[in-house]
Amino acid sequence: MTFVALAAATQSALAQPAPPAPQARFVVVLDAAHGGDDSGGRLANNQLEKSFTLALSVRLRSLLAARGIQVVTTRDSDTTVDPVKRAEIANRAQAQACLSLHATESGSGVYLFASSLAPAAAARFTAWKTAQSAWVMRSLKMEGVLNSALLNAGMSVTMARTSVTAVDSMTCPAVAVEIAPEQNSGHETIAVLNDKNYQARVAAALAAALLEWRTDAGRTEVRP
Amino acid sequence: MIPRHQKILFTLLLLASLAMGAALWHLRERAHQRLLAGQDSAPTSAPAVAPAEQAALLVANDSDGSILTQLHSLPLPEDPNARARAVLGKLLDLYAAPGAAHPVPGGASSVAQIFLLPAPEIAGATPAVAKPKIADSRVVVNLSRESRANSPVSPPQDARQTGPLLAVVNLTGSFAASHPSGIETEMLTVLSICGTLHANLPRVTQVRFLVDGHERATLAGHADLTRTYLAGDVVPSDGAQP
Repeated sequence: MTFVALAAATQSALAQPAPPAPQARFVVVLDAAHGGDDSGGRLANNQLEKSFTLALSVRLRSLLAARGIQVVTTRDSDTTVDPVKRAEIANRAQAQACLSLHATESGSGVYLFASSLAPAAAARFTAWKTAQSAWVMRSLKMEGVLNSALLNAGMSVTMARTSVTAVDSMTCPAVAVEIAPEQNSGHETIAVLNDKNYQARVAAALAAALLEWRTDAGRTEVRP
Repeated sequence: MIPRHQKILFTLLLLASLAMGAALWHLRERAHQRLLAGQDSAPTSAPAVAPAEQAALLVANDSDGSILTQLHSLPLPEDPNARARAVLGKLLDLYAAPGAAHPVPGGASSVAQIFLLPAPEIAGATPAVAKPKIADSRVVVNLSRESRANSPVSPPQDARQTGPLLAVVNLTGSFAASHPSGIETEMLTVLSICGTLHANLPRVTQVRFLVDGHERATLAGHADLTRTYLAGDVVPSDGAQP
């Protein structure tokens, strides 16, 4: 009797369609730079960089949450968060994308910075200050995806590599995004930073890029 | 009728006032004499004028995020410290000039001192990083290859005369306070300083920054000033322009 029951259960299990594969976890960390005592740069109309980055982080979080993407932020209010804490939050989240948001009155368009650390193989123990080195190649790939989305949105983009303290300690594909006023080819400003429409375009382009990155992440293994 | 003790008090206060006045007069005379003595000891011979030479300045441009080499003719002293200060002074004067492509207030006086020291070997030096391939974006900013001077090793004695040098650039606090804030603009300033030093003093291979004589976390909130920059890695994105 027992064998019969087991065989029947096995047959019924084989007959059922296979359950759908669980959707891959996809977490984005948004790091609104500065905050609290560290006001960052002073932008036009006496706006502070810390306020701009927080507003952009909130806007981007809403856009991503509406698309079903889990978002972790390093700060949700005007509080001081040191670079070590920012990297700790990102690393605990085990995110598939980390964006450090900045703003400046210098230059034009959007600047994308990946870490300037040399790529290194993933190791069990990595130095805190160079933890990003195992992720640099993926960060560069994500920088390319962000670049394409921003260009498609009609923005001028400058890609570079540099050292940003918090980003260099993050163990996720990480890019620092710095937003400057938009200028035309004659160096005339056509969109200032406190232009709500400009902010919305940037946030929408970044959200589109992260959606694209999620698709890429689904096709390939994200963590080294 | 004024009480006796008040008369005594008044007299004492008057005497004290006169004594303090006399002391002040004496101190003033001494300060005046000291000033005159200082003027007497001033050098009477004119300072030697260094011959004008071509200096290669790596000048940043905010509009496209580039660093281009420009050749300028300026008096360059033989002494390496004075030479380094002269080229950086000219570079920062260009940034402080009206209409500069990378506007930074301050000018030549923003460099308080430059110290040239034997460069320590850096155990954890970051290897060279290749430029990312970029399809459509406008410009690639020159790479910064920073090293982390975790384990400096003292150079051998004979290397001190001909070996590589570490330049310690002491910037003024007013320069850092007035520098425009932003990752791009701050890195352009740091990299152009490093590149200019290396272009004119090839022995300078490493650069560190101080602000008012102290280590500072960032220049204006972004560019990391706590690490040693490898000066030779700042490669101009175009040829030299006179």
